[in-house]
Amino acid sequence: MNVGLTEYLTVATVMFAVGFVGVLIRKNTLVIYMCLELMLVASTIAFVAFSRFNGTMDGNVFVFFILTVAAAEVAVGLAIIVALFRRRQTVQVEELNALKN
Amino acid sequence: MADILFHIFAFITIGSSVAVVYNHNAVNSAMAFLIGLVGVAGLFVLLDTFLLAVLLVLVYVGAVVALFLFIVMLLDMQGGERKAFSKPTAVAGLIGAALLAVCAMTLIRNFGGLETAEMGSIVPVGANLKHYAEQLFTTYLLPVQVVGFLLLISMLGVIVLSKKFEGMEDVK
Repeated sequence: MNVGLTEYLTVATVMFAVGFVGVLIRKNTLVIYMCLELMLVASTIAFVAFSRFNGTMDGNVFVFFILTVAAAEVAVGLAIIVALFRRRQTVQVEELNALKN
Repeated sequence: MADILFHIFAFITIGSSVAVVYNHNAVNSAMAFLIGLVGVAGLFVLLDTFLLAVLLVLVYVGAVVALFLFIVMLLDMQGGERKAFSKPTAVAGLIGAALLAVCAMTLIRNFGGLETAEMGSIVPVGANLKHYAEQLFTTYLLPVQVVGFLLLISMLGVIVLSKKFEGMEDVK
């Protein structure tokens, strides 16, 4: 069997779905954040695969930007989590219910 | 050979993604995430985008996962005892699993349905560093500058966020 675009897209889709499930069911903010990153990386696989099979450059350049933005996002997000932990002494989403009701 | 490698890397990637979600310990999750990223870098190499594979390892494995591990160490999360899933969480998990199943069904039913050329017959433009430079400094010049500015702003934001503010204890 020759590996083509479909196989790469399958990997990307499954990885994205696993990350999505992780965001929904995990309680730890840090792990939720890791699952978000998982979804971002899954989308980059699709970008690179499409770019490769179309013979164009645009998908690769997009992945370049996604990597940069993801790095900035992680820095800010983790700073927010640390600030949250300093104030509330927890990172479990169930206990962070100040906006409830 | 490339096919066997694809299957190995795909297995590593998906297996460690599941491990990220499944592991109780945040450190183990971060480690599984690291292995998964190496698998993704392998997939990028198979797609002839060597620069992106190296960048993924440098940026994600070198910076992001290291930052995650650092924060896990810093916060020292106890929370070992795991509560049972609440009802909304169970429903959300079911919806997510259903989404996964629908995706898998669509892909399996249309397997081979996408008409694409053979990989060997397409010129691997992503393998050439010169093409990145051409694109980044002509078509995508403005986005490059915007992203550079974004990095500066995020650095300032992190500094402000991690600063201790006096007299803000009432914000609880």
